Amino acid sequence: MLAWAFQVAVVTVVVAVVWYLVGNYQENAAAKNLTTGFGFLDQPSGFPIPDSTFRQTQRVRDALFEGFLNTLRLAVTGILLATVLGTLIGIARLSTNFVLRNVARAYVEIVRNVPLLALVLLSLSIIQTVFPPPQDTWDLGPLTVSNVRGTSIFWYEGDNGKFLVVVVAAFIAIAAVARWRRAVADRTGHPARTALWALPIGAAVTVVAWIVVGLGATAPELDGRRVTGGITLTASYLAALLALVAYTSSHIAEIVRGSIQAVPKGQGEAADALALSGFQRMWNVILPQSMRIGLLPIGNQYLNLLKNSSLAAVITFPELTQVTKLAVATRAPAVPSFVLLLLIYLAMSLVISLIVNLVNRRLRIVER
Amino acid sequence: MTITEIMAVPPPEPERPKASGPGDWVRRNLFHSVGDGVITVIAGLIAVYAIYRGLRYVFVTGRWEIVRVNLKLFMVGRYPNDEMWRISVALSAIALFIGTAAGFAVMRRRATGRTDPTAVLGPWWRHLLATAARLWPLILGVAILLSMVTSSGPWLTVLAVIAAGIVGRLLGPFLPGRSGGVLILVAIAGFVGLILFLRVPIDVTDWGGVMLNIFLAAAGISLCFPLGLLLALGRRSKLPLIRWLSVTYIELFRGVPLYVLLLLAYFVVPLFLPSSSANPSLVLRAIVAITFFTAAYVAEIVRGGLQSLPRGQTEAAQALGLSPVKTMVLIVLPQALRNVIPSLVGQFISLFKDTTLAAAAMGLLDLLRVSDAVVAQTGFAGQGLTGEALTFVMLLFWVGCITMSRESQRLERKLGVGTR
Repeated sequence: MLAWAFQVAVVTVVVAVVWYLVGNYQENAAAKNLTTGFGFLDQPSGFPIPDSTFRQTQRVRDALFEGFLNTLRLAVTGILLATVLGTLIGIARLSTNFVLRNVARAYVEIVRNVPLLALVLLSLSIIQTVFPPPQDTWDLGPLTVSNVRGTSIFWYEGDNGKFLVVVVAAFIAIAAVARWRRAVADRTGHPARTALWALPIGAAVTVVAWIVVGLGATAPELDGRRVTGGITLTASYLAALLALVAYTSSHIAEIVRGSIQAVPKGQGEAADALALSGFQRMWNVILPQSMRIGLLPIGNQYLNLLKNSSLAAVITFPELTQVTKLAVATRAPAVPSFVLLLLIYLAMSLVISLIVNLVNRRLRIVER
Repeated sequence: MTITEIMAVPPPEPERPKASGPGDWVRRNLFHSVGDGVITVIAGLIAVYAIYRGLRYVFVTGRWEIVRVNLKLFMVGRYPNDEMWRISVALSAIALFIGTAAGFAVMRRRATGRTDPTAVLGPWWRHLLATAARLWPLILGVAILLSMVTSSGPWLTVLAVIAAGIVGRLLGPFLPGRSGGVLILVAIAGFVGLILFLRVPIDVTDWGGVMLNIFLAAAGISLCFPLGLLLALGRRSKLPLIRWLSVTYIELFRGVPLYVLLLLAYFVVPLFLPSSSANPSLVLRAIVAITFFTAAYVAEIVRGGLQSLPRGQTEAAQALGLSPVKTMVLIVLPQALRNVIPSLVGQFISLFKDTTLAAAAMGLLDLLRVSDAVVAQTGFAGQGLTGEALTFVMLLFWVGCITMSRESQRLERKLGVGTR
């Protein structure tokens, strides 16, 4: 009874506070003639997005979608790179090699203990000093053309849906080859050599699918001072990506190290007793088991990377937060815009944690 | 092969020479195999190159004049020159308190007969040497700062701080045995008192430099911890409404970026307050946003600690007839919190680094924004000095974070986490 009274009291206080704040907001909005609805999404935005085809006559809705895509570009690439780099550094941290171990340790101890925002600013400044001005653009053949404004790379041209088809086809081919090699290995006892088979077949399927669906390709070309063709990764994108990958990989490295150390010693000794090579021991015995331990903390780092991608706004990379800031500075109402921004981040976080939890459920040891 | 041949015992192998000495160390750690040798050479080249470039940057190519000239701006922002003694007094007071608390803790430990695996045995200079070895990043940072000062004030401050720390350490053991609670009260009162004392010349909103970062972090840490604790208990509560509220809060705040929350506090908060009231100061808004955000993470960490505790502990406490509150405060929380010290301190380190976001979103003149500002100063503008300014900022943050993390590892060893 007392417990219920306490609960009702707490909830009443919370509701009252929220009520009070919302009431204030409505009063202020009415007094200052602010819009409270989401109708502004269909108005012309009034601001262009730099380095994109977005013009100021397009709707706010489209601007936000462009920002959303940029956030995805940053977060997805960042997650992939940070995972690979972090895992390698985490393993290097445990190497028996004195030099490697300490280089990895120095990297982790330095990068982990400085603010991400400082890293973002520093990597922008590094990119601005390392890359040449437009008149001395590096022309590295048809694949990459690079100067201080950005780096243009070879890319597909045409329908996004067609590209998705190609990616899915390659993915299915690789999965099928992996499955087949595993079956062969199980049946005959010969080594599976999955990578050796899957990579050429996957590449072949990609090329064939590319041609079959009629997808074009575009390569960057240097035309005097201008770069045409290809897809341009702007300096701010590269700077944000570099900083996010460096920062997150140092955190992932520590998780990987911890989860490798948490695998019972007997597993490594058993692998040694079977005369597995160092790579086999790590790849087939230790890493799969440490994945199980490290997956949830690494998933948290993915969430952090997604949220930290909002810092790219500080160097004006037009991702979601920056676009919202631009919109609010132009004519969009602040409260609905920011509420929408929070909801989008919340939804993206939920999707990532859903994926991580699904994978976790698959990896978990099923006990009786 | 006959059976006798198989049965024949092979002659004992000649005893290998005992492995020791530098040659053997090199063989084992650097050139264990061919691949190992290649890795050593490549990693060694990377390391040598990085160290070479680093040293060259520090001693030859870096133009550190910008830091030297603006050192005061980096440290305390626009704090008036005539009032700098207040900062010396505040730092000495903090050192005095930390020294006293440390001395008191050592005394209590001895009195209750607990062993300390990290204790240093030997004469007093051994203790001093061990402390110096422990705090080397901090000492390095202070040494770099002192190498750049032009007046005697900072030197006197450092001496006063060291003296206050030593005095406190020597006085601490003479406190009465039950003054732990009093020390906590003194810490809270002292914190508030110091803020009032320091804001006499200029208001908190006008503070700047690393002083602002430390202030934001200290305020954030001391507020987010109790809030996080309450939320963790709420999430584990048997009362459905309380649990539901806590879960909603935690998941909401963990799902959004801090930078966006800070922007929200900057742009939107005034609209939610009555138009008649004065707008809360930017520093206050920053502290509230940081606190709300970090409390959600603290709650999850504490919940992990609570879950790691065997049920038997609670049951034993109940069997002894302890009330629920006493069970929580005396039995459950001390053990649960001890288990999560590393994650908690990790979160506080994040909070310290996140104070830079607060300043960026709110336009406060913190350490990082000072570096932005000085690069645009007349005399330094357009010379590409961003690298130097940022390096200095990162050094200061690095010193703070690495010291916190090393001290937390030591505390962990001291409390014997994972060994009992």
